[in-house]
Amino acid sequence: MNFLPRTKRRPGNGNGQDLDGDVETNGHGNGPVEIPGALRRGPGRTGNGNGDGHGNGDGNGNGKAGTGLIDREALKHGATEVPITVAGWLDERTGGSSTARAILYRKVPKHDWSYTLGSAALFAFVAQAVTGVFLAMYYDPSATRAYESVQHLTNDVFLGELVRGMHRWGATVMIVLIFLHMGQTFFYGAYKYPRELNWVIGVVLLVLTLAMGFTGYLLPFDQRSFWATVVGVNINASGPIMGPYLADFLRGGAEFGAATLSRFYAIHMLLIPGMLAALIGAHLYLVIRLGTSSPPWTRAVKKRSYAHEEI
Amino acid sequence: MPAAFEGETVTRRRLFTGGALAAGGVASAAFGLPALGFAVGPMFEDETPDRFQDVGPEADFNPQTYVSKVITLVARDVGEAGKTTIYVRRSDPERDRDKLEQPYVAISTRCTHVGCPVRYVQASERFICPCHGGVYGFDGKVEGGPPVRPLDRFEAKVENGRVLVGTRFSLNSKLDRHAPRDPSNHLDGLWQYLYPPRPTT
Repeated sequence: MNFLPRTKRRPGNGNGQDLDGDVETNGHGNGPVEIPGALRRGPGRTGNGNGDGHGNGDGNGNGKAGTGLIDREALKHGATEVPITVAGWLDERTGGSSTARAILYRKVPKHDWSYTLGSAALFAFVAQAVTGVFLAMYYDPSATRAYESVQHLTNDVFLGELVRGMHRWGATVMIVLIFLHMGQTFFYGAYKYPRELNWVIGVVLLVLTLAMGFTGYLLPFDQRSFWATVVGVNINASGPIMGPYLADFLRGGAEFGAATLSRFYAIHMLLIPGMLAALIGAHLYLVIRLGTSSPPWTRAVKKRSYAHEEI
Repeated sequence: MPAAFEGETVTRRRLFTGGALAAGGVASAAFGLPALGFAVGPMFEDETPDRFQDVGPEADFNPQTYVSKVITLVARDVGEAGKTTIYVRRSDPERDRDKLEQPYVAISTRCTHVGCPVRYVQASERFICPCHGGVYGFDGKVEGGPPVRPLDRFEAKVENGRVLVGTRFSLNSKLDRHAPRDPSNHLDGLWQYLYPPRPTT
């Protein structure tokens, strides 16, 4: 995808925000405008803060100031050589390939299979999300209809028993995987500096996942789930001061009623999944930004092998 | 202050930054606060129907044993889940030395531990909870297990020879009347101050 000539990029000038960032022009169609001398780029500037090669030099009238002149012929040539592939079209507009390179080809330290537990938990979440969406197509969150709709989707709908089973057992699998992942992080010391924040996010993710289990358990609305939820809400009520208010919030009133089921349903399929997805994104961002730690029994590798590798 | 004219206390940029933040805050609060109030509103509503339900003629009940009756706690949209069993008997001045002045004792089956349904066993004259082994005596006082206070009761009265059952109230270990509490909420000693009643009661 290197169809535009690279210009030299000055350090610290990569994102187009300069000291004069608020008056920066992006060069689109402002050729005839006379730029005041004070706002002009200084000598030695390439004027290419965007890093993707377009939007500079073509008409902001100070081409002569830069040493890294854009070769217009090369630009024209490059424009005719744009790869006509979907990937190329997307990459030209999103820069996705560099992001993907940074994520997929980043250096990782020596590791073992336990490092896949996080990915396994992520996969469990995705599986829960997918099966959950399809279950929601048949489920009816009304107190008088919930049980029948679950019986219907389990017994009558094609593959319903399988999809419900995947969701039901996948929930347990997800909890188990998260605890294994947590244990691995703990015993490998991977929560230490600079990864403490990722541990904190992980704890929040664990609590949210347990809340998913609590709210999802009610939804079949049979005797078991009903009384388990009654007990669970009343355990919440046992907290001092705030407990009774929390229980009222969960029930949607003083007594377990129709509001309780729809409330649990909304929390289970809208509120917590959104928070989970956002926090998983933050969790992964920190993993990519900070890298993973090596197992505690590995020896320190020579610094050189990292320092001079380019991503 | 950098970038300020002489005598200027707030720069134009800072003023506009603050203004934009304030406008964003107002806009967020404009939809966020009503949405939040919508979600927590039921906590502050009194949903319990202020009405009495007929549970049968006086002849159905006696002071020696409890008779189970089904009443509706939540009438709207929950079907069977809004109903509950209660145990009713006629008050016995010899036995019931409380200050409640109820002609009938209407006992809730909601265990005061974490809310499982208790069952009355006539042979031992006790209420037994199947979940965690709570045991209550004939008057609903705790005799064993984890429950924190006696079983709740419902208001009861007699009209035209029919026994009517009203709203729930809770009791401490001396059978003093309190506003209804959730299971697990203490009503004795210093503990009682940790569990406020609902705002509407």
